[in-house]
Amino acid sequence: MVKEKIIEMLAEATDVEASTITLDTKFSDLGVDSLDMTEMCMDLEDEFGIEFTPSPEITTVGKLVEAVEKLTNED
Amino acid sequence: MRRVVITGMGAVTPIGNNVEEFKNALFAGTNGIGLITKFDITDNKHQVAGEVKNFDAAALLGKQTARKTDTFTQYAIVAAREAMEQSGVQGTVPTDRIGVCFGSGIGGIETLCEDHQNLLEKGARKVSPHFVPKMIYNIAAGNIAIEFKANGPCTAVSTACATGTTAVGEGYRAILHGYADAMICGGSEAAITPLTVAGFGNCQALSDSNDPETCCCPFSKNRSGFVMAEGAGVLVLEEYEHAVARGAQILAEVVGYGSTCDAHHVTAPDPEAQFVAKAFLDAMPEGEVDFSKVYVNAHGTSTPLNDKTETTALKRAFGDDAYKLHISSTKSMTGHMLGATGAVEAIASILALQNDTVPPTIHYTEADPELDLDYTPNTAVQTPLELALSSNLGFGGHNAVIAFRKV
Repeated sequence: MVKEKIIEMLAEATDVEASTITLDTKFSDLGVDSLDMTEMCMDLEDEFGIEFTPSPEITTVGKLVEAVEKLTNED
Repeated sequence: MRRVVITGMGAVTPIGNNVEEFKNALFAGTNGIGLITKFDITDNKHQVAGEVKNFDAAALLGKQTARKTDTFTQYAIVAAREAMEQSGVQGTVPTDRIGVCFGSGIGGIETLCEDHQNLLEKGARKVSPHFVPKMIYNIAAGNIAIEFKANGPCTAVSTACATGTTAVGEGYRAILHGYADAMICGGSEAAITPLTVAGFGNCQALSDSNDPETCCCPFSKNRSGFVMAEGAGVLVLEEYEHAVARGAQILAEVVGYGSTCDAHHVTAPDPEAQFVAKAFLDAMPEGEVDFSKVYVNAHGTSTPLNDKTETTALKRAFGDDAYKLHISSTKSMTGHMLGATGAVEAIASILALQNDTVPPTIHYTEADPELDLDYTPNTAVQTPLELALSSNLGFGGHNAVIAFRKV
């Protein structure tokens, strides 16, 4: 569910089709910069009721899904 | 002595989203003013504006750019693309010899209002990281430089309602004095918000009328204030020899620029109009001028004071020759695009020269005995033109006039 939501949000924010985004997709390949990342994390906080600050190590969709899932499972 | 010419133009306006549409509407005397659709006006005293229509930012710029830019930047990029495509200058000059001089009267105020609401309702943590780079008023200039890899001088100017004229004038000087060989110049505005309409309204600057067909009537006796509008205008200025050498289509030559300040009052013009007159004279090219072949695209806001002061200024500058001038206010059709208006009216002035046609001042119904020049009422006039002057005057007392000639 986290994965689907993140891919949906990325497709909404960029000009990339959701069907072409995978866990291995790099944010840099989507044209997503650090400001976009911060904004998306704000939306993820609202969506999943978590508090989340992005780190520079989160460079792919898979790493973001993993980080968000970890936080949602803690609740 | 270097000469400066125009090789590209682009426009997003309440009467057309490109130069061709704008031109046709301009000469037909089309009214672009209507009831505001951007927000609920039910309880508003002022309910009319010149809005840009059918502008789909996501379709024109892509979703990503649309989301990360304020509307004033979106208008700017679209107009700049049109102007740069017509010019064809990109790639013909080193990137550090092409610059940008582009302004806005207000900047990203839609974004400012939206994020301020986020701050109040949801707290500091929910203010968008894009807020600052969307809102700051220089960012349209920055985005244009990025779009066209313009590494030369890039400045944002703001002289309120004179911004677009100042930007073209300062860009002209940058080429004239050798700082660049091409400049992307103009202004944009997207400030039709509840906050700004209330602010300009309470400042007693806006029209008393909410009838789209009478509210903006420059030089007419029943005028009572200006009508807010939005849009963008972009002109590509280029050094003459360079434009000729690459076989560019030359649309007009920039032959003068006048820039003064009333230094009198923040909103009211100096009734003596001494420094508006000086700006007109400073913009005049050297040599003899046949005043019956001069078009003046006036600031002509439709406020009681502006139109009177501008008339005084023209008489003060040109004496009896002022009666020979072909004058009009194209704001009668577009409304007042604030920081964009000078750039769009520079384009209107060049279109007038190219087509030997004076665009009309529409909504002119009642002669004002104090205003007795030829304001080209209601219908365009075909007549040979040699020189066009475009004047804009801004809150703060800024006076700017730019002059164009056929090449």
